[in-house]
Amino acid sequence: MDLQQDYFALFGLPQTFDIDREQLEQAYRDCQAQVHPDRHAHRNDAEKRVSMQWATHVNEAYRTLRKPLLRARYLLSLRGVDAGIETNTAMAPAFLMEQMEWREGVEEAREGGDVSDLEHMRQRLDLHERELRQALSGQLGDTAADGEAAADTVRRLMFIEKLQIEIDDALEALED
Amino acid sequence: MAYSDKVLDHYENPRNVGAFGKDESGVGTGMVGAPACGDVMKLQIKVNGQGVIEDAKFKTYGCGSAIASSSLVTEWVKGKSLDEALEIKNTAIAEELALPPVKIHCSILAEDAIKAAVADYRKHQETKGE
Repeated sequence: MDLQQDYFALFGLPQTFDIDREQLEQAYRDCQAQVHPDRHAHRNDAEKRVSMQWATHVNEAYRTLRKPLLRARYLLSLRGVDAGIETNTAMAPAFLMEQMEWREGVEEAREGGDVSDLEHMRQRLDLHERELRQALSGQLGDTAADGEAAADTVRRLMFIEKLQIEIDDALEALED
Repeated sequence: MAYSDKVLDHYENPRNVGAFGKDESGVGTGMVGAPACGDVMKLQIKVNGQGVIEDAKFKTYGCGSAIASSSLVTEWVKGKSLDEALEIKNTAIAEELALPPVKIHCSILAEDAIKAAVADYRKHQETKGE
């Protein structure tokens, strides 16, 4: 194994957004079995350190590829596209207006204790999230890929994720 | 993380929260968002016949620093010309509020909101002039 390898190569997966989840799980287990520190218990300290480094690398790779949003961001970085997560504040006005309305809706439902409203919003958001992920399949595929469009989708997904957290927080607060 | 006193002050007593009426003239609206934290900010300026910003309003969904940054800039832009407003830099906002490095993006958001509001106002003026 080679520490310079990207995460997809490490697990023998094609460098695309759509991945075979079972293949990822299997490859992760195989890698883990190879690098698990216990396997190297009889080795000297330097060798143990190396195997520790490997175990960390494999875990990080797995965590990154398992989560669609992290996987998409990682793919963008491999393809040299800056997703502008920290710097790009100019989303489409209609999208931002919609975000504003969502946030208002969540706030009102939270204050009004309206659980079914919150659950309904969560369902609509989940649907929206699925649509955006489907868009990423093409934008981050191996043919006709479009890095800039993918970066925009990734930024949208980050807002969606934030909203989902807000809704879940509200639901949790109302349960107590 | 501890907020500075100035952030807390703006957070607890935000200035100029709200929006101008849809029919009001001389209004420019800037909408910006920060993907990293999901914050959304709407900043509106109301410009008088002399090209001076006479009022500003905001609505922000985000952390205390984002709310404080937008509250602060609504105070700062008042009485300024559009060009003067565009000179407001995020570093000045961050410094005034003593924002820690991880919250610098909140001040960037506020600076970009001013730019977006001015651009929106100018766009409307152009279409009116045609």
